[in-house]
Amino acid sequence: MNNILVDICSIDQQPPDALQALTFVARAPNGAESLFVGSVRETNKGKEVLGISYDVFDPLAKQSFLEICKEAQSHWGTDLCLYVAHAKGRVDVCGTSIVIAVGSPHRDAAFEACRYVIDQIKHRSPVWKLEHYADGDSDWVQGNAISANAHSGKDDCDSTTKGGAREAAH
Amino acid sequence: MKLVYFAWLREHIGIDEEQVDLPATIDTVGDLLIWQKGRGDGYAIAFSEPETVRVALDQFHAEQDDPVDRVEEIAFFPPMTGG
Repeated sequence: MNNILVDICSIDQQPPDALQALTFVARAPNGAESLFVGSVRETNKGKEVLGISYDVFDPLAKQSFLEICKEAQSHWGTDLCLYVAHAKGRVDVCGTSIVIAVGSPHRDAAFEACRYVIDQIKHRSPVWKLEHYADGDSDWVQGNAISANAHSGKDDCDSTTKGGAREAAH
Repeated sequence: MKLVYFAWLREHIGIDEEQVDLPATIDTVGDLLIWQKGRGDGYAIAFSEPETVRVALDQFHAEQDDPVDRVEEIAFFPPMTGG
């Protein structure tokens, strides 16, 4: 289990850290490390976004991250190293909402597993986004059905999207 | 029994969590969702479309016909939007 690390990061304490993620997965047997960083984008559906508040059900979210990482290992190899850290609380535009790093002996597995992990998290992990707009409004982003296609990569919150979040209660 | 709410369900209801004694007539998650809807204006809005509300029993995803007896914590939340 020490080749998987999952975490929920309170924004006011320690935001998701890409360097920390890469450091965790960069090990002697690995010849490739892939890194995904999700950040808060300045527009969504035509509205100017200032930030996103992420609400997270911590224990269930960590459990789902772990399940997804184990699925990646069962598909791409048990030697895969995976790191997932998701923000909790308000993240402003350009801020990091999620960091995923995958280390593998070979690059194909590193790329593919990283893509798998972010896509699955989007659709399965108990995280919710409250977008804060320049006009003063805030709206919860409507969710995906659990059975939704997890590989479109074109939902409201893909890599170029900036999520938003509100102060989480848990 | 502890009930916990997330995202807009929490906003509509106005609290993060509460302790309740469930009526003896509630056997399943489905029964519970119907009961919640009748507990006040905020609950009526939060549970207006109960089929869209996800439920976790002691941090495990649950289905409508799962029993709720012997459960310590029930979490209610909308479809996920994270990442």
